[in-house]
Amino acid sequence: MSIIEAQGLARTFTARKRKVEAVRGVDLTVGGGEIVGFLGPNGAGKTTTLRMLTTLLRPTAGTATVAGCDLLRDPVGVRRRIGYVPQAIGVTAGGTDPNCTVSEELTIQGRVYRMSAADTAARVSLLTNQLDLTGLESRQCKTLSGGQRRRLDIALGLIHSPAVVFLDEPTTGLDPQSRSNLWEHIASLREKLGTTIFLTTHYLEEADVLCDRVLVIDHGKIIAEGVPDELKRRISGDVVTLSVNGDSGRAEAILAGYPGVREISVDGNAIRMTVEHGEEALPGMLRTLDEDAITLKSIQLARPTLDDVFLTLTGRSLRDDSPSANGHPAQSQEPRPQDDELADAGRPGRS
Amino acid sequence: MTATVATPPDPTSQLDADGQAQWQRPALLTFLGDTVLIFRRQLRLSLRNPAWVIIGLIQPILYLAFFGPLLARIAKAGALGVSAHNPYSFFVPGLLIQLGLFGAAFVGFSIIADWRAGVIERFRVTPVSRMALLAGRVLRDVVTLTVQAVVLVLAGLAFGLRAPVAGVLISIGFVAVVGVTLSAVSYAVGLLLKSEDALAPLLNMVMVPLMLLSGIMLPMTLGPHWLRAVAKVTPFGYIINAMRDAFAGHYFNTIMVEGIAVSIGMAIIFLWLASRAFVKENA
Repeated sequence: MSIIEAQGLARTFTARKRKVEAVRGVDLTVGGGEIVGFLGPNGAGKTTTLRMLTTLLRPTAGTATVAGCDLLRDPVGVRRRIGYVPQAIGVTAGGTDPNCTVSEELTIQGRVYRMSAADTAARVSLLTNQLDLTGLESRQCKTLSGGQRRRLDIALGLIHSPAVVFLDEPTTGLDPQSRSNLWEHIASLREKLGTTIFLTTHYLEEADVLCDRVLVIDHGKIIAEGVPDELKRRISGDVVTLSVNGDSGRAEAILAGYPGVREISVDGNAIRMTVEHGEEALPGMLRTLDEDAITLKSIQLARPTLDDVFLTLTGRSLRDDSPSANGHPAQSQEPRPQDDELADAGRPGRS
Repeated sequence: MTATVATPPDPTSQLDADGQAQWQRPALLTFLGDTVLIFRRQLRLSLRNPAWVIIGLIQPILYLAFFGPLLARIAKAGALGVSAHNPYSFFVPGLLIQLGLFGAAFVGFSIIADWRAGVIERFRVTPVSRMALLAGRVLRDVVTLTVQAVVLVLAGLAFGLRAPVAGVLISIGFVAVVGVTLSAVSYAVGLLLKSEDALAPLLNMVMVPLMLLSGIMLPMTLGPHWLRAVAKVTPFGYIINAMRDAFAGHYFNTIMVEGIAVSIGMAIIFLWLASRAFVKENA
């Protein structure tokens, strides 16, 4: 059963009497219990789409049903049933008041979802435990580390046990350890509670590690979707590198005609190929080479990364747009709608 | 409010089923309940860092101490046309309005900080009444302002203010209503501008002339005809006149009716306008 369903979702901004289409007709379906990653460079329309699905931004066109409620007719119904964790770095931060304590923030969050005081207290103690916030309850948010604060942001989004959680760039700005720690927490959400998770990211590793399915968005449209592995295979194939003893030219001639081999290049005695289903093709290739008395020094099989996928799909590397983990936080956020316009307006000139 | 709702045995269960009964609450009760939640949160934050409450009080008390005695001398010389034996009943109402003007008008800065921290957006995604996000904050400001006003009146007594209790209470009521107007406007403008750099000059540009034209320090009757005419079209003069009458023990006259009509009328209009900024779909 699908928990998020959108048809033709679009958002147009008007900037200086010019219309800018930040999102132009997004169709998507997310099934109950799925972890779906929304992948794309800055200004692609990720955050704008997420803000529409969470009732923060009214779509200019299209319809959507989120957690059984119509986005346009029953936004309050949607709000009751979803959890939302905003981006932590950018124009606006993750949503906690620096002077509030951890338990104050969690408690009021439960209360605004109309949970009774007793239910709220029970949820708060459960969540502080699950998200490793125990012992921090009376600390002010401004004294928390980046990872702790992010876990608190997530706990806030989960206080009412929502069926679906939206995470906007959940790990942006965190150090690698906090990041993989947060990944574990997110994965266990689904394992233990069956929570559906819809997250945006521009970290390929994140989509790779966490997501069952990836939607790639660019220029406000979804340009590809699929299981990360399938997507990688479908679009780029695997990279097989063989080092041969002796005549690499002869080996190249044999392999070039081998079924499934797309691209082949020779560098010294190393032959580099892009092969569909590389892991299945490899044994056969080795046998063929063996029959022709070509012996091998080494074999390498590399899966393409989602970055390769993105490059193939858009002609641009995702990394050109994505910040490094220790990069400049001021530039690392997805622009807000206002900036989206600028980003989109400036796009034709970009390479 | 929650007595009729069965508590789910398992706190991790999905909220939907058990939440239903509460979602059926009348909208007004929801709004009031949410307002109280936000009010308590904001009040707790104010108490945690009371510096601003105290700073807000220092300015009028400085006026009381350093300007009041001068005014009292002039009044005694009969140049002001105000009560010679009780000049503070003229001066303290002015300071009360000044407290309201500058205490409540600058709260918009805090909403920008809240917006930047993502707090506004976080609450806008919850089912909390969006109007309560404004009302709870305004209520906190009005409470703060009322406490400050009481302290200021007590300080005035030390300087020689003499006024009937009823008149003082009415005046503090006026300050509270002015506080509603200014704090609501300030929050709405802050939320729309989202920039301290834009809000600060705007507030100064609007508030300083309004303060000067309200006759806080000196009676506007001293002014030339054109100045009085300009003052007539600004709102605070009507309110301050009513407050001065209350301090003098005159409760039933047209000045009082005008003051009440202007203050409550403004509060309703601006509260309504401000709530639209908070309720609108996109922010």
